[in-house]
Amino acid sequence: MHHQTIAELVTGLRNKAFSSTELTQHYLARILTLDSQFNSYITISEEQALADAKKADERLAKGNAGDLCGIPIAHKDLFCTKGIRTSCASKMLDNFIPPYSATIVENCANAGAVTLGKTNMDEFAMGSSNESSFYGPTKNPWNTDCVPGGSSGGSAAAVAAQLAVAATGSDTGGSIRQPASFCGLTGLKPSYGRVSRWGMVAYASSLDQAGPITHTAEDAAIMMNTMASFDSKDSTSVNKSVPDYTKTLNDSLNGLRIGIPDEYFQEGLDQEVATLIQAALAEYKKLGATLHSVSLPHTHLAVPAYYVIAPAEASTNLSRFDGVRYGHRCDNPRDVIDLYKRSREQGFGEEVKHRILIGTYALSVGYYDAYYRKAQQVRRLIKQDFIEAFKSVDVIAGPVTPTPAFSLGAKTKDPVSMYLEDIYTLPTNLAGLCGISIPCGMSGNKPVGLQLTGHYFDEARLLNVAHQFQQHTDHHTKTAPVNSLTKPLILSNT
Amino acid sequence: MEWETVIGLEVHVQLATKSKIFSGASTRFGAEPNTQACAIDLAMPGTLPVANEKAFRYAVMFGLATHAEIGQRSVFERKNYFYPDLPKGYQTTQLDEPIVGPGSVEIVLDDGTTKSIRIHHAHLEEDAGKSLHEDFHGMSGIDLNRAGTPLIEIVSEPDMSNAQEAVAYAKKLHSIVTSLGICDGEMSQGSMRFDVNISVRMKGEEALGTRTETKNLNSFKFMEEAIALEVERQIDILEAGGVITQETRLYNGDTKTARSMRSKEDANDYRYFPCPDLLPVILDDDYIDSIRAQLPELPDARQQRFISEYQLSEYDAAILSDNTQTAIFFEQAVVICQDAKLTANWIMGELSARLNAEEKNITDSPISPEQLANLIERIKDNTISSKMAKEVFNALWQREDKYGSVDAIIKAKGLKQVSDSSALEAMVDEVIANNEAQINNYRNATPDKRPKMLGYFVGQIMKASKGQANPKIINEILLKKLNQLINNT
Repeated sequence: MHHQTIAELVTGLRNKAFSSTELTQHYLARILTLDSQFNSYITISEEQALADAKKADERLAKGNAGDLCGIPIAHKDLFCTKGIRTSCASKMLDNFIPPYSATIVENCANAGAVTLGKTNMDEFAMGSSNESSFYGPTKNPWNTDCVPGGSSGGSAAAVAAQLAVAATGSDTGGSIRQPASFCGLTGLKPSYGRVSRWGMVAYASSLDQAGPITHTAEDAAIMMNTMASFDSKDSTSVNKSVPDYTKTLNDSLNGLRIGIPDEYFQEGLDQEVATLIQAALAEYKKLGATLHSVSLPHTHLAVPAYYVIAPAEASTNLSRFDGVRYGHRCDNPRDVIDLYKRSREQGFGEEVKHRILIGTYALSVGYYDAYYRKAQQVRRLIKQDFIEAFKSVDVIAGPVTPTPAFSLGAKTKDPVSMYLEDIYTLPTNLAGLCGISIPCGMSGNKPVGLQLTGHYFDEARLLNVAHQFQQHTDHHTKTAPVNSLTKPLILSNT
Repeated sequence: MEWETVIGLEVHVQLATKSKIFSGASTRFGAEPNTQACAIDLAMPGTLPVANEKAFRYAVMFGLATHAEIGQRSVFERKNYFYPDLPKGYQTTQLDEPIVGPGSVEIVLDDGTTKSIRIHHAHLEEDAGKSLHEDFHGMSGIDLNRAGTPLIEIVSEPDMSNAQEAVAYAKKLHSIVTSLGICDGEMSQGSMRFDVNISVRMKGEEALGTRTETKNLNSFKFMEEAIALEVERQIDILEAGGVITQETRLYNGDTKTARSMRSKEDANDYRYFPCPDLLPVILDDDYIDSIRAQLPELPDARQQRFISEYQLSEYDAAILSDNTQTAIFFEQAVVICQDAKLTANWIMGELSARLNAEEKNITDSPISPEQLANLIERIKDNTISSKMAKEVFNALWQREDKYGSVDAIIKAKGLKQVSDSSALEAMVDEVIANNEAQINNYRNATPDKRPKMLGYFVGQIMKASKGQANPKIINEILLKKLNQLINNT
């Protein structure tokens, strides 16, 4: 059952080949026996999952169930789940059980989806390797010596290892697309405002956007049909009707204009990755698309701009974690300053502290103009670049990352090289556009992704363009070599 | 040396919206601690603010009432600092693009002249919670019911030159915001709080002196006292050759003392930046015009109307129009009794005195406008004397009659005034007959002394009638009879 996509499972559930309860039990058993190799889950919500499945089976029996009904998925651990710990992979929230659910969690629950658990991530979504988690790093199911990418690395690893059929993620600078790429999956970052941010613990509010990580574009379309909504509880949510993303998946690509930014194929790009991207573009030509060179001249400024804006927002978003009302509190504070200092000192990990410091600095009197204001100006230029490019093309294609998945520990000592991981994905967030990563081949035993960037609220087209590629290639059907003979989680003699 | 004081005010006005500025929690005052703080007010992870449209509407109303430019683009910023009663670690406020731009209000000075006080701007922001330092055994309690209550902070130019002007300005703002209905005006509940910036300089000097800010004064009286104290302190320092330190000060109304809270060197870097969770709000002309069209009558306009419509004196009109509730009370009573002057006198006299004595607002008056009007009607038709009216007023105030009927009280107390001339003439005759010596004195007195002597006879008659004789009519009859007596001899 775990080899199937959402689309296939929907048929199985409808045909009563299996029930949601059976499916859920199957996934739970896989998680319990296999995840010790990957550490992709922080919390397994077994009870909740089985209760969800039972309800889904009732709905399925009544015949009034939607596509996601009975489908076992996982949520990144920064989406608040009522009654289930939501840790953001931080010691700070190790004890935090929200009394409310994120809108996307609620949307999925209302559709009948089953919540298997909460996936690992970089602490507060700050990272590109999933190594900054308080609960330990997640490993890439394709090669457990490698990182799965981040920050939604747990979601990507869980789906790649078939420990969930799909998972939610969040993307602030590439946190869905990069792990999807590293794990051979499809990952969509919707346009800013398409998916509600309510209940998603904020990292950088003006950049954060939730999206799905799945095996196929078709599954991503099914997930988006449920995840996307206008939400009056999120002031940045855009009141725009949500199309049925599955309807246009089979539209012809004849005449599709694909833009190729020169700036994405320069120094730093791995040769093998470049070759796979070129091959994917050739495939698109066969499907009737035309390729056009475009210029995004401010691309080189995206990393510095992002690493001012995101930490600036993060530095104040994370001020609420002060040990006063919830979350980690130090023992025996002497006074309120001591309470703040030690609670935050103990509760936050290195990378989080690093970014709080950068952000605090960038917003300080005397530096604001040089850093924050300047970065906002750069952001407008980057946005302008895309708007200009989209005048002549329908989508923009390029690599997701300069290299395939790197080894665990390879970049932890060198934050700048880690930050450069995001060079091709950051501009999409800074501009607020939508982007998707789809598998386009292997570099050795490591998957490589193709990135497609779409115009504002053009997710339907991105999914169509991705789906058509997957109809004519099989990169997305390859699965990670998960050793199913691993010892089950039965425990040592005590 | 002659010193000159320069005062500027920052006034925090709590807006009378039902829910908070960025959440749906209630803003009602006086609830159990933390019962009116929802997940957003508690800054739970993942929660987001949504701006309350009513708060914008109220701020625009204030702007229009003070002839201000309305900021068509309004941006919220985060003001970052750590404090236990500030759950998010930042206050959402406005800085560069506030909702209300430069405006002004007129105040009346003691000598009757008016002065215009310029308003630099007014911005929307959220209130913080409260830290409670008592009853927690060396710890502090946090009540977040107030966190997120909408405020407008009204920042004046340094246009006031003494405490009286500052108080007049503050009272004027109070009158405007309560007339607009955008604030309940309850000073004791913190609905209006004042920060006073004070500096002194030598008369004739151009440059401003170093200023201090005395924060969080919550009554006109404390503000007046705090200003007087601070001006004196600054002048003392300067005259002794010292310099003023720029600092924030706290005034204690109980001990009548002030102390330094922090100096400029300790000031926070608030790291303001635009709040990414709230998009800029654009107010279009239609929106502003629609608010302008519904703007209620303002105190200045109302005063003019009271003068022309009710022929009140400027003074009476000013007092009655200043507070919307007083104005409403006045007009409701006048509609019934048709006597503006008497109504004005009763409201400004007996009613105000009683309300003040019991620290009540006119909205809490035990006597309704209708009852007061009925009382005035009975005075006008001579059923009762003014003196009796006070007794009836007392009975109404004490709610002696459960139906609160003026006529019922008059009847129950047997207060009916005797105005029947034949009955009164008999009483006058009796008093004249029984007071031969006084009559002789009266007769022998020079005419200019006589009016004063009349009081004795009136008093005798009132006594004989147990206070029920109509003194006005008695006066007439008595004069007539005494004149006859004198002329006949």
